[in-house]
Amino acid sequence: MFFGFLYFFVPLAATFFFSLHGKRGVLGFAAYRRVFADPQFLTTFTFSFEMAVCTIVVGLALIIPTVIWIHLRAPWAKPIVETFSLLPFVIPPIVLVFGLIRMYSAPPFQLVSSPALLVAGYVVLAFPYIYRAVDAGLRAMDLRGLTEAAQSLGAGWGTIMFRIVLPNMRVSLLSAAFLTFSIVIGELTLAVMLAWPAFGPYMALVGRDLAYEPTALAILSFLLTWGLIGLIQFASRSLVSQGSAVGGAH
Amino acid sequence: MTDRPAGPRGALTARPSSSPRRAWLGIVPFALFALAFMILPASSILLGSFQDEHGAFTLANIAHLARPDILKCYLVTIQVSAVTAVAGGLFGLLLAFSVTLGGLPKALRSGLLTFSGVASNFAGVPLAFAFIATMGRVGIVTVILKTVFGVNLYEHGFNLYSFWGLCLTYLYFQLPLMVLIITPALDGVKKEWREASESLGASGFQYWVHIALPILAPPLLSSMILLFGNAFGAYATAYALTGGLLNLVPILIGAQIQGDVLHDPNLGYALAFGMVVVMTACILAYTALQKRASRWLR
Repeated sequence: MFFGFLYFFVPLAATFFFSLHGKRGVLGFAAYRRVFADPQFLTTFTFSFEMAVCTIVVGLALIIPTVIWIHLRAPWAKPIVETFSLLPFVIPPIVLVFGLIRMYSAPPFQLVSSPALLVAGYVVLAFPYIYRAVDAGLRAMDLRGLTEAAQSLGAGWGTIMFRIVLPNMRVSLLSAAFLTFSIVIGELTLAVMLAWPAFGPYMALVGRDLAYEPTALAILSFLLTWGLIGLIQFASRSLVSQGSAVGGAH
Repeated sequence: MTDRPAGPRGALTARPSSSPRRAWLGIVPFALFALAFMILPASSILLGSFQDEHGAFTLANIAHLARPDILKCYLVTIQVSAVTAVAGGLFGLLLAFSVTLGGLPKALRSGLLTFSGVASNFAGVPLAFAFIATMGRVGIVTVILKTVFGVNLYEHGFNLYSFWGLCLTYLYFQLPLMVLIITPALDGVKKEWREASESLGASGFQYWVHIALPILAPPLLSSMILLFGNAFGAYATAYALTGGLLNLVPILIGAQIQGDVLHDPNLGYALAFGMVVVMTACILAYTALQKRASRWLR
């Protein structure tokens, strides 16, 4: 336990310490100031942010109805969809992006230069996480009982969805969204290969040319991840839902 | 958000439907998407690895996989993955054990799980930066060891940009991932089993060897396989850390796509094909073990 603590803590502390050396001989946040002052930082971060939001929307819109449908109507399809949602673990991102490029760089589907392809790739990467979270959220409630009760009270499907099912699983939806966000925001492989000015490639570029700024970026992105996971935990605790939201990640 | 399947709205009922034949309609959008952006691209790679640049059938690309330099590349990748899977698996198990069955306070447990959630997502470029700042040539730990303790890591053969450095870095996300996957399995170990075995006169050692370990072995192995696959496909961390100095399969594939000197898409397809083969073997072993594991740990 102690060594575990040491192993995890030392790199962070060292990185933080290193990042404070932005100005020769003085400890301070000069490196951070330079990072924030770089216009590229803002543009690439914004780009990745937009991609993340698109991925979350598309991913949720695709997976929520599918999983609800499986729970209610097609339990036999569960193994199939589960396998699908595990496949991104089998297909490494580098292979996936290679396939996407090969398939969509020629007519009839010329998508390589469109951000839609990047989002589609990200949705695939996020499949396992979103699926797990949504599935766990649905399993935590009595979906069938709730829908039957609502139907017997005369609720239509729109009402059932938006006023009963979705609010009941907002914790898992939130955790799915945050996890997806944290995957996409620093993603490198797809962004580099599809040549998009995203945050991941920007960080890699900075890392090649500069010394202190990268560590400042590392600390920032670690804080970002912490913030997101913290939000998930906070949401799940304040809404008293069972199951660790983070545990749904893997 | 349009979160309704394209299926027939009226037919959607909570009860098992009278028309099961239409039930598959609900998963069509998902299946189409998966097909278009996952299955077909992957298959096109498969296809491409058996074609030459004019599209004719050939086994030459696959034969390239047997080239010594490429074999070595696979070997290194497999070694990195295996080392980090086993080491991450064991240490992760120990950590998870200490907070589940080891009787450490509850607060520590949730702290560890939260941190694991963060750390297992803290991979890629920033992770590489963190390790360069820590253990790199002018990293804090390297410098402190040299000036305070007089130990020069780099003279003792350590190099962050080499095999072991990469392993050390990978462990930073492998270990917490193991904690996350194995904790539920350890939670599934019931106190009653221990009590039952003790009331039948078994010693603590016998309990572990004959009961707990056989039950835990499948989830343990399957988690390690997952870790293996996780490391095997990792690209960003290695890319940012070694800048392509260490020849890993994902790096090599990246080079084929990006069109540098080595540019040869068809070789890239074959490399990717080999990767998918390894990963498929992983996932098959994983599901087989999962089936065994789910017998006891529910």
